[in-house]
Amino acid sequence: MTGGAPALAVRDVTKAFSGLVAVDAMTFDLAENEVMGLIGPNGSGKTTMINLISGAFGPNSGSIQLYGDDIAGASATAIARKGIARTFQIVRILPSLTVLENVAAGGVFGHRRRWGRELEEEARHLLDKVGLEVSGGAPVSALTYIDQKRVELARALIGDPRVLLLDEWLAGLNPTELKTGIALIEALRGEGRTILIVEHVMHAIRSLCDRCVVMNSGAKIAEGTPAEVLADKEVIRAYLGDDDA
Amino acid sequence: MTERERRILPICLAAFIAAALLPLADDGYWLALGISVVMYTTLATSWALFSGPTHYISLATAAFFGVGMYTVGAWVGLLPFPVLVLIAGLLGAALAAVVGLATLRLSGVYFVIFTLGLAELARQVVSWVQTTMGTSSGLYVLTDITEPIIYWSLLALAAVIYLIGWRIGRSRLGFALRIIGNDEVVAVHCGIGTARAKVILFVVSGCLAAVIGAIMAPRFAYVTPTQAFSPMLSFQVVIMALLGGAHRLWGPLLGVIPFTIVLDLIAANFPNQTALLLGGAFLLIVYFIPNGVAGLIENGLRRGRSRA
Ligand SMILES: Nc1ncnc2c1ncn2[C@@H]1O[C@H](COP(=O)(O)OP(=O)(O)O)[C@@H](O)[C@H]1O
Ligand SMILES: [Mg+2]
Repeated sequence: MTGGAPALAVRDVTKAFSGLVAVDAMTFDLAENEVMGLIGPNGSGKTTMINLISGAFGPNSGSIQLYGDDIAGASATAIARKGIARTFQIVRILPSLTVLENVAAGGVFGHRRRWGRELEEEARHLLDKVGLEVSGGAPVSALTYIDQKRVELARALIGDPRVLLLDEWLAGLNPTELKTGIALIEALRGEGRTILIVEHVMHAIRSLCDRCVVMNSGAKIAEGTPAEVLADKEVIRAYLGDDDA
Repeated sequence: MTERERRILPICLAAFIAAALLPLADDGYWLALGISVVMYTTLATSWALFSGPTHYISLATAAFFGVGMYTVGAWVGLLPFPVLVLIAGLLGAALAAVVGLATLRLSGVYFVIFTLGLAELARQVVSWVQTTMGTSSGLYVLTDITEPIIYWSLLALAAVIYLIGWRIGRSRLGFALRIIGNDEVVAVHCGIGTARAKVILFVVSGCLAAVIGAIMAPRFAYVTPTQAFSPMLSFQVVIMALLGGAHRLWGPLLGVIPFTIVLDLIAANFPNQTALLLGGAFLLIVYFIPNGVAGLIENGLRRGRSRA
C-alpha cells in the first residue's frame, strides 16, 4: 500500500506570519524507520515546521505527504488520526487529569484507538516504558519537569504513531536526565519508530540521528549525516553568526 | 459501576424519593420553593454539562428556556402537553446546534457576549412578532397542569439529567471534553474533533433548558417575552453552578439550594436591589471560591485524609 513512498515527504513548504517568512521553501524526506534531526539556530523555523506537519496550521504553499497521502493544510485532528503524533517545545500537560489519564488522552481518538481496560493497561505499560515511577492516579501537576516530558512522550506513543515529532524533547534536562532521555529515544529507534527530532543538544544529535536537515532563517541550508552537516561551513556560520565565521 | 457509585446510589434514591414526597406535605410556600430549587437545579446542572468541562461560559440559558416556554404558549390547546415539551426540546436542540456551529470556534469572551446577545435577540424577535402579527404583548397558557405535576415533572427530568451526566462522564465524549477544557491544542493533536464534541454537549444542554422552559410554562398563566427570555435567569444559572462547582455533576445542586433560599429572602425584603446583590454575590464567588462548594468539600476531604 505504501508503495515505497517515504514516511514524510515535504516539498517547497512555505509559511509566512504577516510578512515574516518563518519557513521558506523547505524540502526534505523522512524515510520509514529513520530518525532524522531538524536543527538550526533559535528562530530558524523548526517549531513552525513541526506545526505545519502536525497541522497546527497550514502552509501558504507547498505539499506535505504522509506515505503518499497529502496532509498539507489538513486539520490537526485529521493529521493526528492519520498517525502523526508530537510533543511540544514547552511541555503541555493536562493539569486537572491524573498521570494515567494524561497518557490515555493520546490513545482514544487518534491513530490507534483503545478504551476501558485495554486503554488503561496500555497507558500503564507506556508509563513504565518511559521510566515514570509514580502511581498513575497521582495528579500530574506534582511531577518534575522531566517526568512531565515523559508523560507527554507516553501520550504521543500510545496512539502508535506512524511518524513521531519531538520538539526539543531533551531541552531543560540535567546531564543525568539527558542520558536517560537519550537512551529512551534510542530505545524507540530500536523499535523501528520513524522520528523527526528538533534538538539543540549536539551529542544527542550525533548519537541518535541517521541524517540531519539544517535550517536557517526558514530555509534549508544543509542536509546529510550529523558529521557532515556539523562540519559544513555554512552551518557553522549560521550557528556562530557572521562575525565569527 | 464502581464500588463508590454502588454505595452512593441508595442514598441518591432515598433523597430522590424524599424530594418526591414534598407536594404531599405542603402545597403552598414550600412547594413553590421546591419548584424553584428543582428548576434551578435542572437548569444549572444541564448548563454545567457543557460549561463545566469546557469552561465556556454560556449566557444563552434564557434563550433556550424562553424558546421552550413560547413553544407551549404558542400551541397550548392545539397539541397535547407532552408533545409540546418534546417539540420544545427539539427546537432548543436545533437552536443550540445552529448557535454552536456558528460560535464555538470563537474564543471565550466572544462566546460569552454572543450567547448574551442571542437571548436578547430572541426576546426582541418574539416581541416584534407578537406586536406586529398579534395584538397582545404576551400569550395565555391556560392548562389544568397543577403545581405538584410541574414539580414532579421537573424532578423526573432532574433524574434524567443526572443519568445523562453520569453516562457522559464515563464516555469517550466526556473524556474528550475534559481534555478540551484542559488544553484545546493538546486535544486536537490527540485527534479529538473539538468542534463536534462541543456542539454535541451544547445541544444536549440547550435541549434540556428548552424542556425545562416548556415544563414551567403552565405555572405562568400569561407569558411575556421579558419574562421568558430574562437575562437575569442566565446569570442566576451561571452563579449557582459556579457557587456549587461546575466541575462535578453534583456541584450545581450545592449552589442552587443556598442560593435559591437567599434569593427568595432578598427578593422578599429588597425587591429593588436584587440585581445589585446578585452581581455582588457573583464577584465574591469567583474571587473566594473559584471551584465552588464542591471544591471546598473536596479540599476538606483531601486534607482530612492526609491528616488521618
Ligand atoms: N504563531 C506565530 N505567529 C507569528 N510569528 C511566529 C509564530 N510562530 C513562529 N513565529 C516566528 O517564526 C520564526 C520561527 O520561529 P520558530 O519556528 O519557533 O523557530 P525555532 O523553533 O527554530 O526556534 C520566529 O521569528 C518566530 O517569531
Ligand atoms: Mg522551537
